Amino acid sequence: MTVALSSKEIAGQIEEKSPESIIESSQDYLVVKPDSLLAVATFLKDTPGLDFNYLNFITAIDYYDHFEVVYQLTSLEHNHSLVIKTRCYDRENPVLPSVVSLWQGADFQEREIYDLMGIRFEGHPNMKRIFLWEGFPGHPLRKDYW
Amino acid sequence: MALKTEPFVLNMGPVHPSTHGVFRMRATLDGEVVVDIEPVFGYLHRGVEKLAEQRTYTGIIPLTDRLDYISSMNNNHAYVLAVEKLAGIKVPERAEYLRVIMAELQRIAAFLIAVGSFLNDCGAYFTPFLYMFRERERIIDLFEMVSGQRLTYNYMRVGGVSQDIPREFLPALRKFLARMPRFIDEYDRLLMQNEILLARAKGVGILTKEQAINCSASGPVLRASGVKWDIRQADPYSVYDRFDFDIPTGTVGDCYDRYRQRVEEMRQSLRIIKQAMEQLPPGPVKSDVSHLVRPPIGEAYARIEAPKGELGFYLVSDNSIAPYRCHIRPPSLINLTALRDMVRGWKVADVIIIFGSIDITVGEIDR
Repeated sequence: MTVALSSKEIAGQIEEKSPESIIESSQDYLVVKPDSLLAVATFLKDTPGLDFNYLNFITAIDYYDHFEVVYQLTSLEHNHSLVIKTRCYDRENPVLPSVVSLWQGADFQEREIYDLMGIRFEGHPNMKRIFLWEGFPGHPLRKDYW
Repeated sequence: MALKTEPFVLNMGPVHPSTHGVFRMRATLDGEVVVDIEPVFGYLHRGVEKLAEQRTYTGIIPLTDRLDYISSMNNNHAYVLAVEKLAGIKVPERAEYLRVIMAELQRIAAFLIAVGSFLNDCGAYFTPFLYMFRERERIIDLFEMVSGQRLTYNYMRVGGVSQDIPREFLPALRKFLARMPRFIDEYDRLLMQNEILLARAKGVGILTKEQAINCSASGPVLRASGVKWDIRQADPYSVYDRFDFDIPTGTVGDCYDRYRQRVEEMRQSLRIIKQAMEQLPPGPVKSDVSHLVRPPIGEAYARIEAPKGELGFYLVSDNSIAPYRCHIRPPSLINLTALRDMVRGWKVADVIIIFGSIDITVGEIDR
């Protein structure tokens, strides 16, 4: 059975390594500052004992005043999982770091989020729309799109 | 003498039966050799996730039928599990067993199409394809008995299944289970003893273990590369922890392994169905759940091992009758990330086979 690791404990480990990168941590997830996302993700992937080598999915949620991007990670080796989130408050020009360099599986999913939510991922090798044509007005999954 | 060639871009496809008109691959070629490839998804535009935000939780079930429409039961299953997790709904035992039986039958039906169209892609044309459809019809007959439909079955409900199985279901299922192993052996022989197919599939389109994990590949594509990972055992849902079955894995991760993977998994599915049928308990098949489910504020992710890989639903609730956000984790889309690694360096004719060995359905890729 996949064990969901306690986010509180892992938050403590991350804080030791890179202080002030965690905004919030509950039992189920931890929220990371956008600028430290890449550092935290690298830590989670490369630290022995954690080994989060598999990215299940990425998705984004529009809460009007901010976007929340959710990353579900699994370690195939230890069979444990973790949810990390990050928030983006800029609605006009939302930008987040890309994790494609760590998990190639993020490639199409980040493009999907860009297409439907309008969040750009900096460092993505091919940041363009995936489902809709270039020049399509707006981003359909935003809550204010009708 | 080396030929002087110039790279050029070729738009390939649609080449596969389940890509029906919208999926193409933009291949950069050097002579006949593929240098790079980019999948272009095309536009179906049904906006499932957006539609889901305006429907009740129970009203979304028929939308999920139409995602991977050749494995509707599995889509239903993943979705109702997510709602049950979000709202904390208990499911009666008998319903859980019925779900497992349907999910495994559906897996066999989906693999039959995958294997049949793979052989079709290899140039075997209609004979194997029609053989597979012959057995698939028997499974669809079973589904018609319980749900009344032959393609987009709408059988699972939040809190159970829509109705109990009719009296003629179990005898028909028993008959199917008795006949099926013979057919699977036949499919095995179709490839094992055909030199042309072996030459075209063996060693072609290799995806290593590391690449498969890095690309978030799942399902038969991941296991054919030698990763022993099956959600039915790694993170059991429904009553899968009560059955005894093996997880076959490949060794090389080539097209041949991916074909074998599906054939072997059909055998395991038969084992599961047999056990589930023997253990099937009496009792109710649906718990008392209102049509207007109103889960508490929060979020839940439930996933299943669908025929194509990890299929998950991520639901966010704001305590209203419709989900605030409904995200689908589609195996078809994410498995395609690995396509580039598989086809680079191979020839145009191989691309068709490699692409066929991934087994995608465009309905699931669409948003």
